[in-house]
Amino acid sequence: MILLFIVFCPIVAALAILIGAPARLTALWAAGITLAATALAYLGFEAGQRGFQFVTSFPISGEWRINFTLGVDGLSLMMLVLTAVVTFAAIWFTGEIARNEHAFYACLLFIAAGAIGAFASLDLFFFYAFHELALIPTFLLIGIWGSGNRQAAAWKITIYLATGSFVLLLGLIMLYRSVPEAARSFDFRALQKAASLIPADAQNNIFLVLLIGFGILVSLVPFHTWAPEAYASAPAPAAMLHAGVLKKFGLYGLLRLALPLLPEGAQHWSTLLIVLLLGNIIYVGLVTIAQKRLDWMLGYSSVMHMGYIFLGIASGTLVGTNGAAVLIFAHGISIALLFGLAGEIRQRTGTLLLTDLGGLGKVMPRAALAFGLAAFASIGLPGFANFTGEVMVLFGTFRNGANPEHFTIYQTATVLALWGVVISAVYMLRAYRRVFMGAVRESWSGVTDLRRSLQVPIGILVAISLWFGFFPQSFVRIVSPTFKSYFTPK
Amino acid sequence: MTIGAPTLEVEVLVIGLFVLMIEAFFERIDKRTLAFTAIIGLGAVLAASFFLAPAPTEVASTGFWSFYTADPLAIFFKRFALVTTILVLVMMIDYAPIVRESIHGTTHQSGLGEFFALPIFTCVGLMWMASAIDFVMIFVSLELVTMSFYVLVSFTRRNPATLEAGVKYLILSALSTGFLVYGITWIFGVTGETNLARVAAALANPAIEAGPALFGMVLVLVALGFKIAAVPFQMWVPDVYQGAPTPVTAFLSVGSKAAGFVVLLRVLQPFFMLPQMERLLTMIALLTLIYGNLAALPQSNLKRLLAYSSIAHAGYLLIGVVSLSGEAVSFYLVAYLLMTLLSFAVLIVVAKQTGENIEDFNGLAKRSPFLALAMLIAMASLAGVPFTAGFLGKFFIFDAAIRHHQSALVVVGVITVACGFYYYLKVVRAMYWEDAASNSTVPLSGLSRMTMAAMIAGIIFLGVYPQPVLNALKAVTRKPSGDRIAEPLINRD
Repeated sequence: MILLFIVFCPIVAALAILIGAPARLTALWAAGITLAATALAYLGFEAGQRGFQFVTSFPISGEWRINFTLGVDGLSLMMLVLTAVVTFAAIWFTGEIARNEHAFYACLLFIAAGAIGAFASLDLFFFYAFHELALIPTFLLIGIWGSGNRQAAAWKITIYLATGSFVLLLGLIMLYRSVPEAARSFDFRALQKAASLIPADAQNNIFLVLLIGFGILVSLVPFHTWAPEAYASAPAPAAMLHAGVLKKFGLYGLLRLALPLLPEGAQHWSTLLIVLLLGNIIYVGLVTIAQKRLDWMLGYSSVMHMGYIFLGIASGTLVGTNGAAVLIFAHGISIALLFGLAGEIRQRTGTLLLTDLGGLGKVMPRAALAFGLAAFASIGLPGFANFTGEVMVLFGTFRNGANPEHFTIYQTATVLALWGVVISAVYMLRAYRRVFMGAVRESWSGVTDLRRSLQVPIGILVAISLWFGFFPQSFVRIVSPTFKSYFTPK
Repeated sequence: MTIGAPTLEVEVLVIGLFVLMIEAFFERIDKRTLAFTAIIGLGAVLAASFFLAPAPTEVASTGFWSFYTADPLAIFFKRFALVTTILVLVMMIDYAPIVRESIHGTTHQSGLGEFFALPIFTCVGLMWMASAIDFVMIFVSLELVTMSFYVLVSFTRRNPATLEAGVKYLILSALSTGFLVYGITWIFGVTGETNLARVAAALANPAIEAGPALFGMVLVLVALGFKIAAVPFQMWVPDVYQGAPTPVTAFLSVGSKAAGFVVLLRVLQPFFMLPQMERLLTMIALLTLIYGNLAALPQSNLKRLLAYSSIAHAGYLLIGVVSLSGEAVSFYLVAYLLMTLLSFAVLIVVAKQTGENIEDFNGLAKRSPFLALAMLIAMASLAGVPFTAGFLGKFFIFDAAIRHHQSALVVVGVITVACGFYYYLKVVRAMYWEDAASNSTVPLSGLSRMTMAAMIAGIIFLGVYPQPVLNALKAVTRKPSGDRIAEPLINRD
């Protein structure tokens, strides 16, 4: 029942705001209550257990075997925690909305509800449908309240995501159809039991369709061009929610569906996936260095870091897969903080062109500190959860078929991906220097620092990242029972 | 108490005549009373359709039941026609002032009576069509529908665009009727039968030449392609849809199309064992999907946009037909009814104040939040966003296509869905992003508001809980199989 509450709390709040409840107050309370309820679920969750907990189910269509089923295992629980934290932070970060404040908060809450619903659903149908719920709010958020070339960005993200979603839908229907009739179901648990019944060639086809579908949603090269533009134009809270949480839906889908149900398909396409994800890490990494605007740089960096998570998914080892889960979480936290701070800077200076900024550290010390921490986390400095995730991913990948005689593609990919860490250090530190260091420009001398109240969300985000950075075991303990079953020989 | 199925058509016909009588003998009354009378009458018939006596299940060899069936598919589409007509009549009440402007009669409400009475006769035709299992019967009911549409399409005759639409519709419709009759004669010439079941039985006989029958079928397909607006028989659609009075456009795009698909499902049954037929239909479906969606992209007039979108939806429905899934087609049609009529209903109300172009919807969210929300939901459903009926319609269609390994259709279908998001969201953009030219709210009558709210509720309800419609369709699947040669159209696995 607690999951039902977590899923519907944002939806009810959004509807209340649309009817006329005070926007910011309601949204903040709803996000806070959702966060508290998620924390309760986290505390009540019995780690180490296999299978799903807090399961609730309502029948929808008997003959299609569609049920509205909610439940979490370690992986989805941590995704819920991520969503609740980032939603809370994003709503707190939201400043003055000049135009139609009610619709703005309602759209934010709908995005959050879509993500929460997708992560908490145990039914393929609702897993998909909840994610799509966020599509139109995203379109409206970027189109109405965005900056820069907002219209083009809104169209681009919407059409990319709609295409990706329908490709994904095809993959899901193919998956559903590939199971023999008696075992056919939309339920994850039933599908997992029936996974061994899917023939190998069907697995290869379905995995490819799912990889393209999810790949578009996660901005896998070459389907990545929507992301930087959309994130650069989106209002900061929308970028925080989308880059931090909603985009992770595709990765979650691969971990939740593709790996356990289509192991042979995953094996078959792993080379292709590794080539594409190296495109994310190396090619997009170099593109990131060349960016001249902070928001575009952050957008590209978020595309680049997806490469590491994909590497964990492709690693084919328990350590690597666990690392992917850690990295999903850690990246969600750090990118949300970065986008939130970039939004604050844009609000004060009206520009994010790196050549125009400079010396902001003197007038905005709090922002400089927070941005520095988030940038360090994003680069993967030891102590932050991102470091743990990247190390696990790289170790895991290296170990796959490790042979001192010669390198396979996994070892080669590890070596190349390590260079990506250098690349991300280059662009992050350069951006930091250009924005915060140096002499204060005349025009920025009157810029004010962050509101004091923003220390709350910043503190929460940084603390969580540090906690899981120093105690990664507390995270892995929760998610690894899910993945263990993927790698035990059947 | 139970009644026989054919009584329903008779009742509707009587209502139509009754309305005409009042119109003729009581000149002084408010003509909108006629529409209310018709709505109440049709509502009663709709209610009566739930108390039908079971009809003979076997196809009789002679007599009434040899050309008329009351199988669940027929009953389902009779209700469909009734609901459509009721909703169209509600729209017509909103549209009445415009008709009045366009017709200069002796009294201030001249012409309105016929405007409200004709849809009832169209409805009778649609209901007969749903039951027709004989080529002669199909032809006659199709003509009844088309004749009343001739008048309706060119009703506001002072408007040159309407007149052009009327002439276009008349000529092309007559041409397609010619194709239909010619096709029927070929099929009759080969098999010596007009009853669909017996045509099927005759075609199963290996001694019969399939070629000429197939030629006849292709001609019939041309005629039906015209009705459902499939490419390459779609040329009339944009102009006629744009020129006709808006409620009539709505009626054309929902009623006429649905009836066309029922007939298509029925007449294709005997022919589906022929692989040429399937290839031909796949080709038509592909062309329709691509043309409808691409041509909709640059439209700036909302009525014209909806015309192209109706072509696009014919494409998705054809995927269902090619995949032999009557269930998916029927569900899609129900979803299509709700979302198309909802968008036309909003269009009529808004167009009265500003206009039919997409720019005229600018800032509607501020002027009339309810209308903007209704349009948003209609557009989201047409585009196929989950938790709306339109999404489940596409879901069932794609599922059927994947089941039948129609990979070309599936791939093109998915790509065109993305096009759809663009042109439907264009309307959403106008309503929510742009600023309004004026800030006056759009007046909305209580009846229209209620109807729109009901359609919104229907779209969302079916998008979350499709079971009621699926159950009604399950009754369809319990169709007597008779001597079917082809795979039954309404199948499930």
